[in-house]
Amino acid sequence: MSEPKPRYGRIVLAPEDFLPTRGLSRRAFFDLLAAGGAAAVSAAVAGRAQADDANLPPHVPPWSKRLGAPVNAAYGQPSPYERNIIRREDPGLTPTREASVVFTPLQNLFGIITPSGLHFERDHGGRPDINPYEHRLMIHGLVRQPKIYTVEDILRFPSVSRIHFIECGANSAMEVRNVSVPTVQYTHGMLGCSEFTGVLLSTLLDDVGYDKKRARFILAEGADAASLTRTIPIEAALDDAMVVYGQNGEMLRPENGYPLRLLVPGFQGISNVKWLRRLKVGDQPFNTREETLHYSDLMPDGKTRQYTWIQEAKSVITSPSGGQQLLDRGYYQITGLAWSGRGKIRRVDVSTDGGRNWHPARLQDPILSKALTRFRFDWHWDGSPALLQSRCIDETGYVQPTVTQWRAVRGTRSIYHYNAIQTWKVDPDGKVSNVQVA
Amino acid sequence: MSKWLEFMPRALLATQIVLVFGFTPQVTAATGYGLGRPATPAEIAGWDIDVRPDGQGLPPGRGSVAEGEKIYGEKCASCHGDFGDNPQYAQLAGGVGSLAGSSPVWTVGSALNNATTLFDYINRAMPFPNPKSLTPDEVYALSAYILNLSNIVPADAVLDQKTLPQVKMPNRDGFILFPGLMTAHGKSDIHAVACMHDCVKQVKVISELPAGFTEKFFGDISQEFRGLNTMNQTGEPQWVRVALNDSSAAPPSGYALAQKNGCTACHATDHKIVGPAYRDVAAKYQGDAQALEKLKAKVRKGGAGVWGEVPMPPQTQVSDGDLDAILKWVLSGGATTP
Repeated sequence: MSEPKPRYGRIVLAPEDFLPTRGLSRRAFFDLLAAGGAAAVSAAVAGRAQADDANLPPHVPPWSKRLGAPVNAAYGQPSPYERNIIRREDPGLTPTREASVVFTPLQNLFGIITPSGLHFERDHGGRPDINPYEHRLMIHGLVRQPKIYTVEDILRFPSVSRIHFIECGANSAMEVRNVSVPTVQYTHGMLGCSEFTGVLLSTLLDDVGYDKKRARFILAEGADAASLTRTIPIEAALDDAMVVYGQNGEMLRPENGYPLRLLVPGFQGISNVKWLRRLKVGDQPFNTREETLHYSDLMPDGKTRQYTWIQEAKSVITSPSGGQQLLDRGYYQITGLAWSGRGKIRRVDVSTDGGRNWHPARLQDPILSKALTRFRFDWHWDGSPALLQSRCIDETGYVQPTVTQWRAVRGTRSIYHYNAIQTWKVDPDGKVSNVQVA
Repeated sequence: MSKWLEFMPRALLATQIVLVFGFTPQVTAATGYGLGRPATPAEIAGWDIDVRPDGQGLPPGRGSVAEGEKIYGEKCASCHGDFGDNPQYAQLAGGVGSLAGSSPVWTVGSALNNATTLFDYINRAMPFPNPKSLTPDEVYALSAYILNLSNIVPADAVLDQKTLPQVKMPNRDGFILFPGLMTAHGKSDIHAVACMHDCVKQVKVISELPAGFTEKFFGDISQEFRGLNTMNQTGEPQWVRVALNDSSAAPPSGYALAQKNGCTACHATDHKIVGPAYRDVAAKYQGDAQALEKLKAKVRKGGAGVWGEVPMPPQTQVSDGDLDAILKWVLSGGATTP
C-alpha cells in the first residue's frame, strides 16, 4: 500500500479516502503502516467501509429518500451538527459569571460578520432583561432642552446602517506577559463585527440643542445593575458615534445591549455602552471607575494613561490556529482578520517562518473603515516546523508591532490594548499551538 | 412688498421639501423631528447620579469610618474580605506605592485618583447583588471606611459633600493623558516598520503553554472546532453521534413525530389537507378499542375509501415506536397544532 498523494484543496479527508477509523489521523495511519500494521489497517478499512459507506455514492442516503421536514415558521437555528460552535468562557478568568465574558469562536467563522448569537458578551453587573416599552433614553446636561426618548422615538429618527467591529480593550490581555490560552477564541475572541443600525449621535445632540461652545465630553450610562459609565469625547460623538438598536438586520440581542446601545466606532469595547439609558453633556471628563481602576494603561514608570480610547491596528490568523492539526502536507489556505480603530486596513502580510520573511496576503472586499477585514494567503506545507504570523498596516501607515516592540514601549503591567503580532507554531506532526517568539 | 410676495412661496416650498424628504441633518429640536419630550427636573434628578472629581453630583449626607465599618461587615466583607484585601474580587486596600515597582497591586487605595469615583461607583453598582440600595449616608460611610483601610483618611474621619472631594488619594497625580490614543488621528507611541525579507537573524520561541496545561484547564479543545473545516478531524466528531442519540432529551411531541415522519405533508390537526384532520380521525374512532391496531395496519398498508377516494399510500418508513406514539397522540384527541 503506497502513500496516497496529497490532494490539494482538501483538509478534511472523506471516509472513502482510505482512512482507517474515525478519529485516527491520516498521519497516524501512516505511522501504523510503517510499524507493520498493514494487515490490521486493511481489516479496519474493510470493517469501517461497511459501517460508514451506506450513505455515500453509489448508495443514496435516507435524506434523499424520504420527505423532509415542513417549513420552519419559527426562529431558525443552526444545524444540529453545528452545536459546538458557541461562545465560551475562559475557565477561571472571573470570579462571578455576572461580571464575566464569553468569547467569540473566531476559529469557526467565515467572512467579516459575526453572527449575533456568537458575538462576545462582556457584562459588569449581569445581563438585564429590559422591557423596551419601559426603556427610556435621557439626554441632559449642557443642552438647551433636556429630553427623554422612548425606543419608538429613537426608531423614528433618520437612521444609518454601518459595519463596524467592537473589540474589548482587554482583548488578548491574557497574552501580555506570556501565552496562557490555547485557541484564537480565547486569544482574540473579545471581538465581533456587525452591521449596526441606529441614529447618529450627532442627530440626537442637535435635537436637544447641545451647547456647542462648552460641550467637550459626554457621559454614557447603561441601565444595567452596574449602570456602567464611560466618558465619550465630543469629537467622536459628533463624528461617527451612533445610538444603535439594530444588529445584523434584527434588534440587538439582550447580551449586546437590547434595546439601545452606544456605538463609538474604533473605540475600546466598553465605550459602546450597552442598555444605554442616559447621555449627559459636560465640559470635563467624568473619571469613572471603568476609566480609572480599569480600562486604563499602567506604564512601566508607574504612571497610568487614562482615556486611551482607540483600538490600534491588529490582525490574527484564525485558521490554521491553536488547537488545530494539519493532517497532511499540501495546500492550506491561511486566513484571518485585520482591523484598525483608526480607519481602513491597507495591507496584511503573512509570515510562515516566525517573522523572518513576509508576503502580502489577499484582502477580501469590502475593506471598510473600523471594520474587520478578511485576508487570505495560499500556503503549501512541506511538513517542516512553521511559525505562522500575520501583520497588518492601516491607512495611517501604522504597522502592527511584534511582541518585543509592544513590550519595549508599554511594558507588561497593563493588560489593555495588547495588539502585538500573534504566532501559531506548526509542529512536524501538524499540531498547531499558541507561542510567542522573539 | 412685491419682493416679499415673490419670495414667500419659495420659502414655504423649501420648508415643505425639508419636512417631506428630511434632507437636512441640521434640523433642530425646535423645527425638527418632533420626537421625544422634555425631561422634567424630577426625572433628571432620579437618574443623574454621576459624581465628578470636583464633587459635582454628590448628594447631601454624611458618614463616618465607624459607621462604614458596620455596614461593610454586613454588606461588603463577604466578597471583598474583612480588610478589603481579597484579591479575587476588586481589591480595595493595600498596595499603596506599588504601581511603579515590579509587582503592582491595583486597589482603590493604590490606584484610584479621586475619592469621588469611589463614591460614584458604590452608589451606582454596589453591593454587587443589590445595587442602588444604599442611602447617601451609607455610601459616605462606606467610602470613609474603605479609604481608612488604606490609611488615606484617619479612623475618626467623617465624609460629606464638602470633605470627600478634598481627600488626597495617594495616586492623585498618577494619571496622565496620551493624546495619541485619544483620537483616531492620533500618533501611536509604537513605531514598527514593515520589513519584508531577512527581518530577523534568529527566531526563538520565548513562550508556550506547558505540557498538559490545555487539557487540565480547557478540557478537550478539539470539541471547539467545526469538524468540517478545521483539519483536526477526519470525519464527524464523536459528540455528533452522541448528541444525536441522546436519550436524555424529552420525548418529542406527537406533532413533532408526525412532522418528522412526513405525515403532516397530508394531515393537519384541525383541517383536511389531502388526508383527514387528526381531530376528525379522533372523533370517528372515539370509543373503539380496536382503533389503534386498525389504524396501524392502515398506515402500514395504505388504503382508501374511509375519508374519500384519494388513497393513502403505504407508510413503511415510520418506525413501530413512532407509529405507536403518533397514533396514540391522534386518538387521544389532544391533537393540536403546536
